[in-house]
Amino acid sequence: MCKVRSDTITLPYGKKRKNCYKISFISDTFAAFFKRAYELVNQGTQMQKEILVFIIGVLFSILPLGYAIASDHGDSGCDLHGHEDFDAGSTALHHIADANVYSIGPFNIPLPCIIYEPGNGWQFFSSSRFDIGHHGDGHMSYNGFVLDGGTIRKVVDPDFPGGQVDIAGFKHTKEDGVFTSYACHDGNLYLTEAKSTADFGLFGGGITSFYDFSLTKNTVSIILVFFFLSWLFLSVAKAYKTREGQAPTGLQNFMEPIFLFMQDEVCKPFLGPLWEKYLPLIMSLFFFILGLNLFGQIPFLGGSNVTGNLAVTMVLAIIAFIVTNVSGNAHYWKHILWPPGVPLYVKVILVPVEIMGIFIKPLTLMLRLFANITAGHMVIIVFISLIFIFGNSGESLGGSLGAAVGSMLLSLFMMAIELIVAFVQAFVFAILTASYIGAATEEAHH
Amino acid sequence: MLLLADFSPIKPDFGLLFWTTVFFLIFWFGIGKFAFRAIANGLKQRTQDIQDSLNQAKKAREEMSQLVAENEQLLAQAREERAQILREAKEAKEDIIAEARDKAKKDAQGIINNAKEAIENLKQEAMVDVKNQAGLLAIDIAEKVMRKELQNKDDHQKYVNTLLDEFKMN
Repeated sequence: MCKVRSDTITLPYGKKRKNCYKISFISDTFAAFFKRAYELVNQGTQMQKEILVFIIGVLFSILPLGYAIASDHGDSGCDLHGHEDFDAGSTALHHIADANVYSIGPFNIPLPCIIYEPGNGWQFFSSSRFDIGHHGDGHMSYNGFVLDGGTIRKVVDPDFPGGQVDIAGFKHTKEDGVFTSYACHDGNLYLTEAKSTADFGLFGGGITSFYDFSLTKNTVSIILVFFFLSWLFLSVAKAYKTREGQAPTGLQNFMEPIFLFMQDEVCKPFLGPLWEKYLPLIMSLFFFILGLNLFGQIPFLGGSNVTGNLAVTMVLAIIAFIVTNVSGNAHYWKHILWPPGVPLYVKVILVPVEIMGIFIKPLTLMLRLFANITAGHMVIIVFISLIFIFGNSGESLGGSLGAAVGSMLLSLFMMAIELIVAFVQAFVFAILTASYIGAATEEAHH
Repeated sequence: MLLLADFSPIKPDFGLLFWTTVFFLIFWFGIGKFAFRAIANGLKQRTQDIQDSLNQAKKAREEMSQLVAENEQLLAQAREERAQILREAKEAKEDIIAEARDKAKKDAQGIINNAKEAIENLKQEAMVDVKNQAGLLAIDIAEKVMRKELQNKDDHQKYVNTLLDEFKMN
């Protein structure tokens, strides 16, 4: 149990756990206000809490605001001493990660889980089975799967009970850069493993005992953006038929300059006479990326980091890679494999470089988009985290107040920058893909 | 190496790879074909329409200016024709007047001549009549003279002559 100071309020919350809520306050009125705010925010994810507290901090910036939530897992029987202090890095990493739950404000929307275990077949269930608590931690396990920080993990121990059993909490360790997570059940810590990832051990992932094909937060975001963009462009396209010979209005009028810009400044100059053939791909890339970039920046809508996930950018880059090389004509391949007009000793250096270039181009596409969007999301979270860092996890009221003002200005600035980045990165991805395809399809002119 | 422990976005998850591929391909082949291509075609169509309209407007303007020029030409021609007609009418009028005058003159002359002739004729007739009368008178005189018994032949002769002269002079 946590220590309760004389000037703090203790609020029990959750059916399995008890939390201590410490706040310094000047008057009982403010205490009551914060109590209500706490009740509201405590049901949301860390992100929503931070944002709400941030807004409260701005609205009531005359008040000394100290805020801390210290989790206490009660009599779990496990030694769960993890991050008692606020850790901006972990917070940021939690928020940019994909999740099997979609958290908006106080609502945890459970998502469908589709798990494939080689030798064990497919499993379909809702992530509500995990009894999702705050921070995306599941209070229950389901058939050996647990929800740790919003992500499904599997208990390695084959003797772990199936069905739904209580999970008291999670313990995370980081040794030699290797992240390990344990689930606490019945007083024992069980090692868990992550889902299979396609980085082949490069970034600490790899093939494990199960694959997660769930409709995750990112997948749901993709589906939402997909349907929105489909509706948008189909209605715009329809307008060109129904309103033929008339001046554009409304949506059509709004989208037309963007479309024309992409058509006239990207497709036509880079793809030359073939621009009409590749227009659907370039436009799809641009609007798909732009839609997802912007969707992730809508405040209070989960802030999903879709284009900041390597899987998404990898798919887009692989498609760009395939289209470029499938479209490549003899002229393109000749310039890569046997550049004309170059001495033999230069060819020895040039040809491997050119062949590497085929792969490096989509690789840079993939990493550029991923890094830009992930960095944008992280910077905003870190700026907001300044409130907690300067507030010394609720100890320093003046610190959090000062940081709230500074953090607000920095966050606003970053959000403005991120809006530009959303457009620039979508544009860069599209224009570079167009230029690669253009270079591969260019006819010899000498 | 990466110091970030649980940096999961950099680990491409098979589920997300799969769903992104599915939805992007649907977007590319579905929306790309039915929306983006349709929009591009619509824009092309409209560009063409606008160009056509502009060309037509230009043509119409040219035709208009041509028509105006033609109208002016026609007007000038009409004016000229009117002037010519007026001139001709004037000439005709003068001709007619002159002709009428000539004819009137001629007619008048003819009438005069006729009148003269008639007068002459009448005069001749009158003369003949007079002569006849004179003759009768002469005969009467002669008779009277004769009746006076032809006493003095010379005086008679003289007297006859005098009478004759008197008639001649008349």
